[in-house]
Amino acid sequence: MKKSSTFLGHSKKEINREKIISAILFLCGVFSVLVTIGIIVSLFSETIGFFSRPEVSLLKFFTGTTWRPLASKVSPDNFGVLPLITGTLLIAFLSAIISVPLGLGSAIFLSEYASERIRDIFKPVLEILAGIPSIVYGYFAISFITPIIRKVFENWFGVEVSFFNALSASIVLGIMIIPTVASISEDALRAVPRSLREAGYSLGATRFEVITKIVVPAALSGITAAFILAFSRAVGETMAVTIAAGSTPQITLNPLKSVQTMTAFIVQVSFGDAPSGTINGQSIFAVGATLFVMTFGMNVISDLVMKKFREEYE
Amino acid sequence: MNNNHQSDFRENLKNRHTIGKWFYIILLACLLVGLLMLTALIIDLAVEGHAWIRPELFSNYHSRKPEQAGMKSAIIGSLIVMALTGLFSFPLGIGAAIYLEEYAKKNWLTNFINININNLAGVPSIVYGMLGLAVFGRMFGLFSTDSWLVKLLHLKVGEGTLSGLQFNLFGISWLEIHLPFHKSLLAGALTMTLLILPVVIISSREAIRSVPNTIREAAFGLGATKWQVVSKQVVPIAMPGIITGIILSLSRAIGETAPLIIMGAFTYVPFLPKSIWDQFTVMPIQIYNWITLPQTEFRVNLAAAGILVFLAILLTFNAIAVLLRKKLEIKW
Repeated sequence: MKKSSTFLGHSKKEINREKIISAILFLCGVFSVLVTIGIIVSLFSETIGFFSRPEVSLLKFFTGTTWRPLASKVSPDNFGVLPLITGTLLIAFLSAIISVPLGLGSAIFLSEYASERIRDIFKPVLEILAGIPSIVYGYFAISFITPIIRKVFENWFGVEVSFFNALSASIVLGIMIIPTVASISEDALRAVPRSLREAGYSLGATRFEVITKIVVPAALSGITAAFILAFSRAVGETMAVTIAAGSTPQITLNPLKSVQTMTAFIVQVSFGDAPSGTINGQSIFAVGATLFVMTFGMNVISDLVMKKFREEYE
Repeated sequence: MNNNHQSDFRENLKNRHTIGKWFYIILLACLLVGLLMLTALIIDLAVEGHAWIRPELFSNYHSRKPEQAGMKSAIIGSLIVMALTGLFSFPLGIGAAIYLEEYAKKNWLTNFINININNLAGVPSIVYGMLGLAVFGRMFGLFSTDSWLVKLLHLKVGEGTLSGLQFNLFGISWLEIHLPFHKSLLAGALTMTLLILPVVIISSREAIRSVPNTIREAAFGLGATKWQVVSKQVVPIAMPGIITGIILSLSRAIGETAPLIIMGAFTYVPFLPKSIWDQFTVMPIQIYNWITLPQTEFRVNLAAAGILVFLAILLTFNAIAVLLRKKLEIKW
């Protein structure tokens, strides 16, 4: 035994060094698990502190429809998180309406129609769109999109639009997420084997029919996963929605009004520098934990969809 | 009968091709929307901001007068945070990537780590801000006057703005340690490190995986130990890919605003940081601050000028990464 371990003439010192190095590398590897534990502990320890206060109640937090944490009267009635959740979902949903068709359309074009040269032009455009920081999109929303929305709705339809509104936030968020949807969908479309397309053509189908009846259905698991991931990203997005949608927590389906998302609330409180241990300092952790659970759930579902419904070829 | 069928088919085929043409046009339009928006964004920024890109923007701190306001401390702050983040994430990311690609056995633990890294990559950045605030910024209150740890060890902790524990490591005067890290550059950079770590690991792994197995086998055949193979052959060959991945992740980190706002990075920092324990601000926070101010000069013009500078710096980093990749890439 001893001989075989020193078979290539590695001294004991060398073998020990190997062991130490592999232990260090192992620690680097499991470090990411520590990060996850850290996230869970830091979010939930403060959240538990928040809910153990007499001024809030767990039931009213998830069922209450009024979110007024900064009101002078601190009572459980002022801590209902639903307006923040509906505000978040409203914006995420509207942005998905924009990003999903545009992203999928772009993906189909790039994977099925575009020549190498056209791809070389448009791929970088999508990469740049994906690389622009969200604060820049926030600026774009209030300096470019919002004025257009207000002009259109107020001059043509006579509807009042508040300066901060959910629609403007949703539009920039939609643009922001197009590259995510496009790149994951394109990967899924490209993974569909050529033979399926050729079988379609040989039966006399046109290009449109091959794409809509064969390629897209075959890639559906990847495309669905892209949609869910896009929605989850929209839910977790912060700066663009904070700037464009304002800070009015209310339950509304009217995208022309101002709403507050969960992330925007966290920023609002943090910007005011809430000291630790206070009810406001803890409330952001409760909202953050809710956000974390929501996005985590969506990411897991997207992963499962990708694995479970993947059509295997070859 | 037969003739009828044929003319039906012809008629239909024409329609089918027309539908196909419209489909093509719609798809192209989808793609053009992205290009259109990008163009609108750049024109909008240039129109509002070009006149405000002046020397003062780089040489002055934020001021109440728009004509004198600049973002010196924010530019320097962003660059320092980025350098520190790179410094921290480089060894951690490579270490984890080497472990997972070269050392890890196929078992439940490895599987779990893989799933975990993918999930971490999907966690919203604002959550990392809360992690950083609790772990680095406050250290769970372990060093506040009423914590059990302080009472147990009879530590001498400060109160107010200098709260917490301060000491010199090994008694060396410049090796100061402040616990917790509060709103320091160090706390911000560590938070950013955790934020980009999953992406750094994933891209480093890809670079390591693309090193052909023959290289490893040749080295083993010459009698090298595992670490010799990894450190002298695999990692040097994978290095261009690893570095490109890290630069791209860093340029993502520099654009992140939310985590540092949660950490409590300041908007008004009229000084340059002297050490990693100093307070700081970064470009996107300075820009956000301007956007929230009521005067048009701040809200529109200065913000646009700041964004143009910010985007120029980002573009430079990305260009460096792309050039490095092109220049150092080894094709097998």
